[in-house]
Amino acid sequence: MTAVENEKSTVTVTLNGVEIEANPGELLIDAAERHGTYIPRFCYHSRMKSVGMCRMCLVEVDSGRGPALQPSCMIPVGEGMTVDTESEATKKAQDGVLEFLLINHPLDCPVCDKGGECPLQDQTVAFGPGESRFVEEKRHYEKPIPISDTVYLDRERCILCDRCTRFADDVAGDTLIHFMDRGNSTQVNTFPDEPFASYFSGNTVQICPVGALTAKPYRFKARPWDLEETISTAWIDSVGSRVTIQSSRNQVLRLLGVDADSVNWGWLSDKERFGFEALNSEDRLTAPMVRVDGRLEATGWAPALAAATDALRDVDPARIGVIGGARLTNESQYAWTKLAKGVLGTDNVDAQLGDGLPVEAVLGLPRATINQACTPGRTVILVGPDPKEDLGALFLRLRHAVVNDGTTLIELTPTRTGLSTIAAHSLHPKPGEVDLLAAALVDAVSGDAHDAAGVPANAIAAAAASISGPVTVVLGRASVAESAAVTVDAAIALSQLEGVGFLSALRRGNVHGALDMGMAPGLLPGRVPLRAGCDAFDQVPTEVGMDTIAMLEAAASGDLDVLVLLGSDPLSDVPDADLAERGLAGAGTVIAVEMLPNASTLTHADLVLPAAAPTEVDGTFTNLEGRVSVAEQKVTPPGTARADWMIAAELALRLGADLGVESPESIRAEIAVVSPVHAKLTETALADGRVEGVLISGSSIEAPTASGSTTPANDAYSLRLVAARRMYDNGTMLQASASSAGLAASVKVTLNPTDFEKLGLDAGTVVKVISGRGELMAPLAADFGVPAGSAMIPTNAPGSNVNTLIDASASVTDVRVERA
Amino acid sequence: MSYFTAENLETAHEIISRYPRKKSALIPLLHLAQEQEGWVTDNAMRQIAELADTTPAEVKGTGSFYEMFKFHPVGAYMINVCTNLACQLLGGEELLAHAEESLGIKAGGTTADGMFTIEDVECIAACTEAPCLQVNYRYKLRLTADDLDQLIDDIRNGRATDIPEHGTLGLVRQHIPAGAGAGIVAPEQATERPVWLARNDAAAEGREG
Ligand code: SF4
Ligand code: FES
Ligand code: FES
Repeated sequence: MTAVENEKSTVTVTLNGVEIEANPGELLIDAAERHGTYIPRFCYHSRMKSVGMCRMCLVEVDSGRGPALQPSCMIPVGEGMTVDTESEATKKAQDGVLEFLLINHPLDCPVCDKGGECPLQDQTVAFGPGESRFVEEKRHYEKPIPISDTVYLDRERCILCDRCTRFADDVAGDTLIHFMDRGNSTQVNTFPDEPFASYFSGNTVQICPVGALTAKPYRFKARPWDLEETISTAWIDSVGSRVTIQSSRNQVLRLLGVDADSVNWGWLSDKERFGFEALNSEDRLTAPMVRVDGRLEATGWAPALAAATDALRDVDPARIGVIGGARLTNESQYAWTKLAKGVLGTDNVDAQLGDGLPVEAVLGLPRATINQACTPGRTVILVGPDPKEDLGALFLRLRHAVVNDGTTLIELTPTRTGLSTIAAHSLHPKPGEVDLLAAALVDAVSGDAHDAAGVPANAIAAAAASISGPVTVVLGRASVAESAAVTVDAAIALSQLEGVGFLSALRRGNVHGALDMGMAPGLLPGRVPLRAGCDAFDQVPTEVGMDTIAMLEAAASGDLDVLVLLGSDPLSDVPDADLAERGLAGAGTVIAVEMLPNASTLTHADLVLPAAAPTEVDGTFTNLEGRVSVAEQKVTPPGTARADWMIAAELALRLGADLGVESPESIRAEIAVVSPVHAKLTETALADGRVEGVLISGSSIEAPTASGSTTPANDAYSLRLVAARRMYDNGTMLQASASSAGLAASVKVTLNPTDFEKLGLDAGTVVKVISGRGELMAPLAADFGVPAGSAMIPTNAPGSNVNTLIDASASVTDVRVERA
Repeated sequence: MSYFTAENLETAHEIISRYPRKKSALIPLLHLAQEQEGWVTDNAMRQIAELADTTPAEVKGTGSFYEMFKFHPVGAYMINVCTNLACQLLGGEELLAHAEESLGIKAGGTTADGMFTIEDVECIAACTEAPCLQVNYRYKLRLTADDLDQLIDDIRNGRATDIPEHGTLGLVRQHIPAGAGAGIVAPEQATERPVWLARNDAAAEGREG
């Protein structure tokens, strides 16, 4: 070999007579597609392993031994390869494969949901025989069988491409569907009485190349040619998955995942995918409401806004509070910050509900992107919630990185998570002591291994030894029953690791946008502190205001005249139900700006202003990496509901100020001027980042400082509480989604089985759980994934809310478990 | 929900310990389950899934690929009559019809007393001895109708001592002494390239050079 050939970094392939350069190791099917030649396929999916099941991608390949038909999804390109995708042999093969695939296919396209967007239909037209010679009886199965609460399977239509089963097994790790039987009887199916209850089941519907898998929310709703669509961003959690929103006759009917390389790779959690149902719900607020004699009654915008203005006018800014805002677009968040901080002059604004992290921990530490975390050969340390429960699409990315790319995962979590089976090390500290464990891990890296937080030194040393390459810390609140300070202290300890980056695991839809837009005490738009000031604001508060917990405490003691709930439900979400109740009851006027009525609105709001949903407004969202991507209006809001920024602008006008905002674009233009970090967020950049978004980096927020708090030891009779979120809960949006509402499991208390003996109780027994704050009743469940000495209760589960047990001012919550 | 008897559970653990990955033990575990009850019950598959760290769906998917695993109750004696070409030419179909008549069931069916199941099978690779059949996978060759009746009678009366009950297999029960295993490690733990690959490389180099 000559030196020149050695240096060549591409592989030359002759494709249909033209020389192309392919990447070494690239599959022929991909190389051809990149160069404009689409090879038909059914089973191949670029985000999954090739299996060569369907043979649709056969092409004539000559690697020096003469031309032969080869599946292009199974062979990597080779130097000097000659490929013919249009030869007679190729065409005959495609024709034949299709004829075979159609032998048992029912050809029921007129009644099939896939009709019009069906790869089998399309490719049969493009490459198929046009006529069948098969006159025998086709295979028959009961038509569609539900394989889960949401997904239906029509086995007659299935062409056994292995996409759904591969997704379930390889991508999601939920091997609940599988090929059963063999030969002519081969079929996809579940185990009897064990449904395909995967948080990610909807993806199989999207990737099924025929109409075999359909999802309940879309069945028989529309034909593809009736749909209008736009690329947008999912709003359910903070991953910011890119989606296509499809609508017909002014109603959103379906969301599909878009393959954004830096974000979700085309995958969605079912909650992201089907969450739009809540927006179509009959419960949507369509007109303002005002409380008259204790009841909420519909009213017009004029009187409602007048009432709101009356409440806000001439009030001491320190006695006004705004809780929430993570639901809003960046533009609406900016408008509300401008109203609150610049017009009303209050710094009591908090988009988080006491269940998140202080600003410094999110904006003051070096940040990492999802792709950085998932770069082969690196290490991810999880100090936060179970991504499978909270951030579905991120879970799939992390899972892929660990399983396929050799990423080392170390968990420092209070219980087992959805990633534990693939984690290199799962260390479970005593609740409230993850900071000690993190510090011990850092010590162990420098050779000083010692016991910490109930985890033995050798386990910590082994974890430390497994760290390779730069570290990404996925940082969030694993349990709302322990204070945020513990998580922050853990982050500070881990920030000493070399080349460390942090990926925030705050979960609420646009909570990172809210922080970037200044919706936290002490913060202004652009990741700057109050003292940096803001030219576009008439005034800027001088004193750092209160966070949600402090606001509720102030309200409880009668020190808050107006409380604005900006798409928030403190009663359900604040990890101290007692405080939330006292705060809402004690606040002067409670104004709720909401899409759907929630527990707090229904019981405490004096005034409700109906807000438009994410599919009903133009704007942008910011994800957990700081990536800004477009959300585009697809449908009009119900009734007279309005975009949140309009409501802020209207209120400002009535208060004699002008926010100077006319449209989302005008707000965006102002943000780009005001915020030092958003300068590059131009309309051109957004258009170029139509799929991938625009990553916003940099921050003037300082790193957090150690809290110095220590967690008290618990007595021998109590268990330490872990309150963690589950994908499906009693949340307002979820409960308003017809097909997801029933999926939330009712509350239970999960203990390590070894604790059962100590307590003399059994799984299934209904117990009373008592804390210093309150008590609840729930049945017991056993799980070795919960360490002995801990009690795990999901947050906001149907039945009883664990928040009744939690005291927001305590660093941990200890509970007694007794027979009820 | 546990299915295996204490003794079988012990065997199951022993079988699992032979493999670098628990899941690799699925097939022998399914045999063990089938041996216990004569067929593989749903409960058995649930327990196997637990033991092998996988899901029942994967256990059933893997097992149902194989004809010899039965997922519904079958007779203690499973008679597989071959009706493929060689046997057909020499009276296989007649033999099957005779079996059906003698036992009063159709192919695929099981006698009411749970003794016999008849199956119509494809070539069982004994064409030179056609027509032939298997009883619990033990071959009976060049059978006449009378031979078949005699066989049924022998089984009924406990004289067919050479045929164990359905599901009985010897191999899964063999004990491999410690240290006598093949010492195979999981692919992700393998540090050295397998010997045969190195041999291939050498051969390839020879060709190129
Ligand atoms: S159901 Fe669809 S995705 Fe699954 S194997 Fe059949 S054709 Fe493929
Ligand atoms: S796409 Fe290559 S075999 Fe199916
Ligand atoms: S045809 Fe019967 S054994 Fe081969």
